[in-house]
Parts: sequence; structure tokens; C-alpha cells
Amino acid sequence: MKLEMKDQPGQLVAALKPISAVGGNIIAVIHQRETSAAAETLDVQIVLELPEGRLDTLLELFREQGVSVVRIGEERLLYECTLIMIGHLMHTDLSDTVDQIDRTGSAEVTELSLVMPAIDSPSSARITIRSTTRAEAKKAIGILRGVAERKDLLIIEPLEDA
Amino acid sequence: MRIALLGFGSVGRGIARAILAKDLSITVTGLADSRSGLIDPDGIDLAAALARKGNGDPCGLPDTSPADVVAKADYDVLVEVTPTNVETAEPALGHIREALRRHKHVVTSNKGPIAIAYPELRALAEANGVFLKYEATVCGAIPLIHALQEGLAGNTISRLYGVFNGTCNYILTRMAAEGLTYEQALAEARELGYAEADPTYDVEGIDAAIKLVILANTILGMQTTLADVERTGITLLTPDALQLAEDQDCTIRLIGEIVPEAGALRVSPRLIPEVHPLVVEGTLNAVSVETDLAGELTFIGKGAGSTETASAVIGDLLYIQSRHVQGS
Ligand SMILES: NC(=O)c1ccc[n+]([C@@H]2O[C@H](COP(=O)([O-])OP(=O)(O)OC[C@H]3O[C@@H](n4cnc5c(N)ncnc54)[C@H](OP(=O)(O)O)[C@@H]3O)[C@@H](O)[C@H]2O)c1
Repeated sequence: MKLEMKDQPGQLVAALKPISAVGGNIIAVIHQRETSAAAETLDVQIVLELPEGRLDTLLELFREQGVSVVRIGEERLLYECTLIMIGHLMHTDLSDTVDQIDRTGSAEVTELSLVMPAIDSPSSARITIRSTTRAEAKKAIGILRGVAERKDLLIIEPLEDA
Repeated sequence: MRIALLGFGSVGRGIARAILAKDLSITVTGLADSRSGLIDPDGIDLAAALARKGNGDPCGLPDTSPADVVAKADYDVLVEVTPTNVETAEPALGHIREALRRHKHVVTSNKGPIAIAYPELRALAEANGVFLKYEATVCGAIPLIHALQEGLAGNTISRLYGVFNGTCNYILTRMAAEGLTYEQALAEARELGYAEADPTYDVEGIDAAIKLVILANTILGMQTTLADVERTGITLLTPDALQLAEDQDCTIRLIGEIVPEAGALRVSPRLIPEVHPLVVEGTLNAVSVETDLAGELTFIGKGAGSTETASAVIGDLLYIQSRHVQGS
């Protein structure tokens, strides 16, 4: 998101504080000095990660700090869920299994831990999927279920809170 | 209160022992196992019957059948604790019908008749002015049915989920704790008497699925059968999978889940944080209920066992006694 704030000492810190207060994680801060004509404000771009549903709280805190948000960029892949797969994962083309999720555009496999057992016995993998929303995560799990049925894999889904 | 006790196995003998040990004002006037029966309006000598059974003999006389006990004995409540048959529910179903027609209350621990024929049996009980109680069919000692029907009356239940099978929970606990394979953990469960010689019914999730059907049909106003439950067992789980779960402070448990609004019934192994209230050890059962008024509740307790299951049956009997049966 792009923030606009008064060009005064301490302002940047004041702007960043609320992010950790809502459990967010700052990935990058891009600071531009040669800004708007008035030069009384400072433009800062922040790339950050937020837990689901915290954006509104954050915006509220910014307002209290006198920081105005000029633009909010695209929300991306902020929802994370982890599953376990068991079966002949390699023989059934693991990269194709992963591809089926990545191809959705709204969810992607960001982590995969595979344990290879003795030859010919089923292998186990933990797979982390990131998506824009929880609904997209559900969709991704649905896709994985379909794949699992075709490839005779067992999927262990997380027990979600309702 | 006079009862006829059908079935003298783990549960039946647990009930008999509790009646002998405590002053419950319960007299057993009819008793049967698979091969014999006894009828005595003055009260059967339970200690002697237990002793016979302990020697490997039938509990009663070979010329008295279970059907004779149901039809001829003089009793207030039929206590039906014979093996569960998930396909036909017989012969228990026939015995329960007969008792209800005779205006006798029925208390059972047998899942078959309740899962398959609850609406019919309930109507029959109502028509004859008697109670049909089945607390012991779901989660042994946990008074879950009572809590849902009485304590939480007036609540709308949006979700009910939990650990309904102690055998699977034991196996998964051991796989996680010791890195055992499924086969090793199953062998251990068998040795300790937690798993049957043929464990299919437990490990394929059928037992948990039947319990969901009972809760769905008798408490949540649904009309379901075993075939409606989406079901995956635990037989394919690997120690690697449990280790991968543990690496993220999670574990794997066989979870039964009902979401009434979606009409969904499901039994499957699920990834669950180790600190979650449903992560119970060994053969314990645990059930969480999400309600509109009471919020979320979790019940934990022994899901099986002779005395523990007898506790649920006796709770039902005393409920009936306090509301219906005159004298003792
Ligand atoms: N055990 C538990 O912890 C538990 C917990 C919850 C629910 N339940 C349910 O409670 C019921 C009883 O379980 P259990 O563990 O006590 O079983 P069990 O130990 O196998 O005992 C079954 C008893 O029923 C008798 N029986 C079999 N067929 C019969 C028939 N046609 N008529 C009359 N009696 C008959 C058997 O006779 P013999 O003695 O001659 O073989 C035996 O005495 C089952 O439906 C089970 O699913 C059990």
C-alpha cells in the first residue's frame, strides 16, 4: 500500500507501529523523498503481510496516527493452510499435483516437505497452500481432493474452526 | 424398578456388577445371553449368574430364549445390550419393537436399532406411552445425548465434531508418541483389548460414522443413513505423516463432523493443533458442540469399557425411574 504522511521526524516509526500491533509483518518499505509539490508530506510504500481480516483495524489505527493511505494495492495470498498427503506421490507425478493448485492463480503451493520411505511403500508429504482468502483455500482443497481421488492418494485436511 | 437384561457380555455384566455393588433399587427379572435365558419375577441371583458366565457357562437355561425373556418376563424396562448389527439391527430391533408394544420402556447400548430405525421406534414408544433411551450408544460414559437433549434444549447446533472412536484414538496416539507404524500400533491395541480381532468396524471409521448418524437423526432433526457419511479410515496413515504433523505442532486424529445446515456428515483423519481441546490421549473420546446460545462446549470422557458404558445405561434407567415407574 502507498502511505502519505507528514514530513516530520518520527512519522515513519509512528506509521509502522500499527502494523505490528495488528500482527502484521513488514516485507519492504520504499521511501521516496522527491514527492508531491507541497513537499510537506512524505510518500512511503509498504509491502506487508497481514493476518486475514485485520486490514480494517490497521486502517483505523493509521487514521488515528494522522497517516493517510493513498492507495491499497492488490491483496495477495495471505491465507495459509497446511495439509498432509499420503500415497505414491512420486509415481503419480507430484509436480502435476502441485501445478493443479498453482494454475488457479488465486492459490499456490508455497512449501512442500516430502518424506521418502523404503522403495515401493507410500510416501508422505506436508504441503502448504497460500491463497488470497479462505474461500480460495477451500477451493484449492477441493481441487486437491479431486486429484487425490484420481491418483489414489490420501489427503489429511486441517480441522478448521467454523 | 424391574428390568430384563438382554446380553450378558462386557456391558451387561458391568450393569449387573453395578446393581450388586450399589443400592440402585433395580431388580433383574429377566436375563439372556446368546444361548440361554432366565426368568424370575422375584429377582435373579446376579452374583450366581456372573459366576456361571465367569466359568464359561451360559447365564441361564438353554430352553429359555432371549425372545422368551422379552415376551414373557415381568419387567418395566428392557435393557438391550447385545452386539451391534449395522445392516439389519436384528435380532435386537425385533426385541425392542416387541417390548415397546408390551408398553415396556427400552434402554439400549446397541447402535444398530437406533441408527437404522429411530423414527419408527420413537413413534412406537410414544404410541405406547413409554421411553426409549440410548445414551450408551454414543461415546460410552459421556452423557452427550442427555446434554444435547436436556441441558442444551433451545440451542441451535451449527456444528458437532469430535473423536468418537477410542480404538482409532489409541492407535493414533501411539503412532505419534512412539513413531510406531499403523500395524504395530494396531497389534498393541489388540493385545490390550482395545481392538477386536477384526478391527475393520473401528479403523475404517464405520463405528464413528454410525454414531454421527445417531446424533444426526435423533438430535439434529436430519434423516441420514450410514451411506450418507463421507468416510475415510486410518489404515493408510504413516509414521512419517504423524512426524510431518508434529513438526508443525500438530497431530492427526480421526474426526467425525456434522454440519447440519450443509447436510454434511464426515469421518476422516484430520490435521489438528496439538493444543486443541479435541486432542485427547489413549482411548478417550471428545466431542465439541457449537451452539447459538451456549457457545462452544467440549465433552471429554471414556467412550467404552464395561463399567463406563454401564454408567450410561444406569443413568437412563434412573431417568426413567424418576419420571415414570411407580415404586421400585
Ligand atoms: N463394550 C463397550 O464398551 C460398549 C460401549 C458402547 C456401546 N457398546 C455396545 O453395547 C452392546 C454390547 O456390547 P458388549 O461389549 O457388551 O458386547 P459383548 O461383550 O460381545 O456381549 C454381547 C452379549 O450379547 C449376547 N448376545 C449375542 N447375541 C444375542 C442374542 N441374539 N440375544 C441375546 N443375547 C445375545 C452375547 O451372548 P454370549 O455371552 O452367549 O456370547 C453376550 O452376552 C453392543 O451393541 C456394543 O456396540 C459397547
